[in-house]
Amino acid sequence: MTLPPNHKRPEPVEVVKQRRDAALSGLVDGVPYVQFLGIQVERHGDELTAILPFDDKLIGNPMLPAIHGGVTAAFLETAAVIQLSWSTLWEDMESGSLDPSTLGPGHMPYLPKTIDLSIDYLRSGLPRDAYARARVVRQGRRYASVHVEAWQDRREKLYAQATGHFLMPGS
Amino acid sequence: MMKGMTAEQKAELARKFTEAIPHCKALGMVLEKLEDGEAIMSMPYDEKLIGDPRTGVIHGGAVSALLDTCCGSAVMSHPKAPAITATIDLRIDYMRPATPGQKITAKATCYHVTRSVAFVRAVALDEDEGRPVATASGAFTADGDPKRRSTEISNDITDDVSEGGAA
Repeated sequence: MTLPPNHKRPEPVEVVKQRRDAALSGLVDGVPYVQFLGIQVERHGDELTAILPFDDKLIGNPMLPAIHGGVTAAFLETAAVIQLSWSTLWEDMESGSLDPSTLGPGHMPYLPKTIDLSIDYLRSGLPRDAYARARVVRQGRRYASVHVEAWQDRREKLYAQATGHFLMPGS
Repeated sequence: MMKGMTAEQKAELARKFTEAIPHCKALGMVLEKLEDGEAIMSMPYDEKLIGDPRTGVIHGGAVSALLDTCCGSAVMSHPKAPAITATIDLRIDYMRPATPGQKITAKATCYHVTRSVAFVRAVALDEDEGRPVATASGAFTADGDPKRRSTEISNDITDDVSEGGAA
């Protein structure tokens, strides 16, 4: 088997994973409030899923009990901001122009600023883990529009969704 | 809801109200006023709420949690509103970052209640009250059953507080 003369060997998988996970950790682990809520982010390739493990301190209605609406708002907003930053970082990270080892607590990338967030509460948040995935609907140089969906047990049964507008860093 | 109570009883009721909600307690929220569809609630600055470690500005989500709770409380204190309510939708506009180190105060007004829906607006302020940090507007569920009025429940709590105060 002969390879074309300009063939470049693909990077070892560990190198790719290490770089991507380091960049993601820079976005998630450096924010005290994200840590306080206990939000984690799982990555499959470039796809992110934010996870909010249930905890008693997240309860807003002790009688049901249900997750606090404000927690859900914060969770959706966090998922949206992380997704938006991640999409922005991705190109630079993959091209090698951004060194993920320079990210992390104390060296946070500049984050987009939330302009507004409109939350739809579809079901009450049950006392169990919640998941969220965000989609950047439109990203311009200054503004971005992001839609985010959250569910608990079943992916197709959303318990909340939101649309947010963000001001991009450096604009 | 807080009419005819002494200052101590009001403070006690406010403390019980927020302590009953684990997330409000975790964020150190304090109910400062609750009367006829109006609620004022504050949240002290805390490093664990920081959203931008570079500046120490608290996370928008923490402001959202305060606004949501304050709006819900305003609904429950409305004379025509239900004892139990849930957020249908909430829109939050962020005007500027809250100044690090300052307490955030939310003021909510439940300005209209139908048989099924309560409409609320709110503003979040730091110590510079002339420039809002964030505003919110939302719709909340209103229980159609006239037997379940917020005043009955609040009277129960009030009685409870009064007894506690006398003991």
